[in-house]
Amino acid sequence: MDILQTYGFTLIVVAALVGFLMAWGIGANDVANAMGTSVGSKALTIKQAILIAMVFEFAGAYLAGGEVTSTIRKGILDSSYFIESPELLVYGMISALLAAGIWLGFASYLGWPVSTTHSIVGALVGFAAVGVSADAVAWNKVGGIVGSWVITPAISGFIAFLIFQSAQKLIFDTDKPFNNAKRYVPFYMAAAGFVMSLVTIKKGLKHIGFEIGAAEGYYVSIAIAILVGIVGKYAINRIKYDEKADKRTHFANVEKVFAILMVVTACCMAFAHGSNDVANAIGPLAAVVSIIHNDGEITSKAGLVWWILPLGGLGIVAGLALFGHRVIATIGNGITHLTPSRGFAAELAAACTVVIASGTGLPISTTQTLVGAVLGVGMARGIAAINLGVVRNIVVSWVVTLPAGAGLSILFFFVLKGIFAP
Amino acid sequence: MPTNTFLGVFAKSPLKPLEDHIKVVNKCSQGLLPFFNSVFAGDWEKAALFQKEISNLEKQADTLKRDLRISLPRGIFMPIQRQDVLELLTQQDKIANKAKDISGRVLGRHMDIPVIMRESFMAYLERCLDATKQAKRVINELEDLLETGFRGREVRLVEDMIVDLDKIEDDTDVMQVAVRRELLELESQLNPIDVMFLYSIIEWVGELADISERVGSRLELMLAN
Repeated sequence: MDILQTYGFTLIVVAALVGFLMAWGIGANDVANAMGTSVGSKALTIKQAILIAMVFEFAGAYLAGGEVTSTIRKGILDSSYFIESPELLVYGMISALLAAGIWLGFASYLGWPVSTTHSIVGALVGFAAVGVSADAVAWNKVGGIVGSWVITPAISGFIAFLIFQSAQKLIFDTDKPFNNAKRYVPFYMAAAGFVMSLVTIKKGLKHIGFEIGAAEGYYVSIAIAILVGIVGKYAINRIKYDEKADKRTHFANVEKVFAILMVVTACCMAFAHGSNDVANAIGPLAAVVSIIHNDGEITSKAGLVWWILPLGGLGIVAGLALFGHRVIATIGNGITHLTPSRGFAAELAAACTVVIASGTGLPISTTQTLVGAVLGVGMARGIAAINLGVVRNIVVSWVVTLPAGAGLSILFFFVLKGIFAP
Repeated sequence: MPTNTFLGVFAKSPLKPLEDHIKVVNKCSQGLLPFFNSVFAGDWEKAALFQKEISNLEKQADTLKRDLRISLPRGIFMPIQRQDVLELLTQQDKIANKAKDISGRVLGRHMDIPVIMRESFMAYLERCLDATKQAKRVINELEDLLETGFRGREVRLVEDMIVDLDKIEDDTDVMQVAVRRELLELESQLNPIDVMFLYSIIEWVGELADISERVGSRLELMLAN
């Protein structure tokens, strides 16, 4: 108890630092996945992608990041085991952040597409199971997370399949694909805008002291969706396209329309990623802060302190700005055959899945939804070649991440315990 | 491990290389026209140059073929069967080989086509080369086929192109009969060995069209899946 009073401020500063490090790692590691498809299909330049990522990741983190945070903070661990010695939970959270941050840095250095969500989950489970007691982990919750490895890519793939099929039916497989593209693409934009604004209104605005009722929420979302659609239509009408009647340039023109749509879905993706993944960094941090502020009492319902979400958002943006640039630059040439019409389907599906899943409060992996979505488009015969060997490697790296995060966090946990022990 | 993230999931597309390959193959076989023109003019030095160009293009096609085969290991998931892609590639490559064989043999034996036959032989050769050109056009639709997910309207368009290709091949069959008949009339005045070789050249030229047609039917099988 007195440990928390004596070192309270120090611990908060340390936690904030490692939380920032973790957020920074998330920004550096995941931005390539979230923005890669847009850059790869030449819908956005690297500069534009970074700019969009910064604005929307921060917005997503700040406006809609509150929901998943509580799962990370309270769901995975059974807090009743820490009532006797809350400082253990503080050490544990700090070591989990540090472990996940270091593991992310290491994996990014080697170019492994690991999941930020998994690394933090692994780290939390690791310190709790070994450092405290195996019963301190809510294993059914962990089981749910493992189950989501299968379910989220499946959902995302299914949505991507449907979106892409609809685009084919309405646009590509018609007499005048270009005219139909101009007609229908604004609707896809509106859908993206609707999903994004709905999740913001439903989840995010509470903690910045802004309450909207359920019905009004839908009205506002629909209004925003219509607005996005209209702006999109205006942008599409401004495209310069070559007026050659042959089919070849026809499809090239259609892809130009989709490239504009891709800008919208990229915003959506960045937003979804920010809202989902910022929790990995700030969830443990919020737990530490609330314990210390309440003098060691582990309250079941603790609001977020005002500076925590912006800190996470800033961390992600910093990671983007410093590292993301280099990461994205390597992708640009990496993709040979990804057209905007494919990329949009994958991104929109992934963003929708993240939004749906964060509604259930499950911490899911953005990378996984994207991989699932890409496979879904592939199933709809939309992608020329998918390397299943790489898919296998990605799955393996997901599985490895859990024990790696766990091992590191156990190590740091005992180190911290040694340092602060009276 | 790819250098980066999940984007390694996107493997190299086989469609563009297929298109590039048939472009080279077609260019290679079209080289037979100037080659035979210089043969008719009796300018063997020039003919040798044209033959060299044909053989270089054939080598280039071989390189493209090898690269594509290497870049399609097992575990690549495609909207079309991997087996079909490789088969199609093999057929395409045979066109270039045939063109090289024809020019090589004519140059090697310094074969001369009898003057009376030249006009109909040239028309026959041109028609066979039309078939390879049409095969190239068909293969060039692959990108657009992918765009529509190998479905619907675009598929019908390609099928119509393949029907045209079959028609061209039918024409070449009829023309081949006529060219052979001309040779039959001349047989008694020519060296028997030359006649044997002439027959085989006529047959080989016809095979250019046959293989081109096979490229079309391979693609048709791909679309039928």
